[in-house]
Amino acid sequence: MRDVAVIGVGLTKFGEIWDRSFRQLIVEAGSKAILDAGIEGKDIDAMYVGSMSSGRFIGQEHVGALVADASGFYNLHIPSTRVEGACASGGLAVRQGYLSVASGVNDIVVIGGIEKMNDVAGTSATETLATAADQEWEAFFGATFPGLYAFIATRHMHEYGTTKEQLAQVAVKNHANGALNPYAQYQKEIKLEHAINATMVAYPLGLLDCSPVTDGSAAVVLCSAERAKEFTDTPVKIIGAGQASDSLALHGRRDITTLDATVHAAQMAYKQAKVTSKDIQLAEVHDCFTIAEICAIEDLGFVKKGDGGKAIDNNITTRDGSQPVNTSGGLKAKGHPVGATGVAQIIEIVLQLQGRAEKRQIPDARIGLAHNVGGSGATCTVHIMEGM
Amino acid sequence: MSVPRFWREIPQRYNLIGNKCEICSKVYFPPRESCPVCRRKSIGHIKDLKLSGKGEVFTYSIIHVSSGEFEEQVPYPIAIIKLDEGPMITAQIVDCDPDCVKIGMRVESTFRQIQQDGYTGALYYGYKFKKV
Repeated sequence: MRDVAVIGVGLTKFGEIWDRSFRQLIVEAGSKAILDAGIEGKDIDAMYVGSMSSGRFIGQEHVGALVADASGFYNLHIPSTRVEGACASGGLAVRQGYLSVASGVNDIVVIGGIEKMNDVAGTSATETLATAADQEWEAFFGATFPGLYAFIATRHMHEYGTTKEQLAQVAVKNHANGALNPYAQYQKEIKLEHAINATMVAYPLGLLDCSPVTDGSAAVVLCSAERAKEFTDTPVKIIGAGQASDSLALHGRRDITTLDATVHAAQMAYKQAKVTSKDIQLAEVHDCFTIAEICAIEDLGFVKKGDGGKAIDNNITTRDGSQPVNTSGGLKAKGHPVGATGVAQIIEIVLQLQGRAEKRQIPDARIGLAHNVGGSGATCTVHIMEGM
Repeated sequence: MSVPRFWREIPQRYNLIGNKCEICSKVYFPPRESCPVCRRKSIGHIKDLKLSGKGEVFTYSIIHVSSGEFEEQVPYPIAIIKLDEGPMITAQIVDCDPDCVKIGMRVESTFRQIQQDGYTGALYYGYKFKKV
């Protein structure tokens, strides 16, 4: 295995994007990443595309080739592969690209993540997201995707005394961060009482505990670390890339309030990177629901199991805290175009480590982590990055 | 879920038939092809087991925003139930006010309609749970 670095990043604005198509969005993100890296089409050895459900959202499969084509690279015949793992599709695509460079098969790869979710009506989006759950044994009986995370929240409250106010604090924090991110869907702060009293979606989770339905795309360029400085003065090395799986249905887990896939993916990444959770200076974690951020910081080892709800009062995960979490605004405020999310998380960490995060910049950030979850925790990727 | 796919599930959905590994005695619902604890040793040693349908609420939610098939039922309580034989399953709680559902509440299975394909479409049946 050889070292791999991120040499370019590109993002579209996240939000409800009615005037642009799937292919326009990913070509925008990809072009920005390629220009940022200073490479051109003939330099690219392979492409990976993370997309959860293009078939249901826009009625189009075979999007690996579509993205190569739309990018103008069909005549270069670049191998292009679509990768799917529900909401972790982006993180999986990054890891597949990473492995292909680390193995020595490829030198330069472009990874794009995308979802165009607003081209279908509301209940259709809910049903499509529910396909990340176990269709036969959860969704058929009326469990929705927010409902599954609500199961986790109810049990977390019961076992550890976590409160609805603590859930709301996560939303308030992430909106405050999103307000500083020009690419975020919601660049707007929210008040604690509004988060606590928002319309109920799946008790105990209200509307402001949930990430939104989002259109958007993100892309990164990876290169072998030995060649990275040919392209940029500030490459960011991927020093750990973990991945794990678990039972598809939430009710099949060892512990309802622990995402064992996160625990195992993190252990794999920490071991490879030769760091511990204490060395992580900032993280983008998968806050598809507020309870998910609380579980993530526990399962990644930032706080003890059960203490996740206190992380904001204890000034751990806030922007000026000891381990800032979701400086981008997270899925909650930045938005959650499911296939793009895992790639966009990598981008926020890269920008922070390069000192390019503008108003959100965490001073002297050197090591960061990106945590991407599929479904209610059946798939997880954890990437650890370090500035070179 | 399409009608043919639903029909394929009839035995387990109607009767709560799980299975049991004769090597380690662990009970599974839904039934598994092999035991994840004993793996290859369990092949040929997994036997069907009719479950009692009794258990308790392990965690729950009340769904206010549902997928299309359940829109007419909101708000409805749903839970992960720990069956007395060990397995956890996801099902709706019926015949009570949504607010009465609590962790630890004793429940038993009951045979009910789950979904309907519109006014004239097929009816899908299966298990729900009610307070004991």
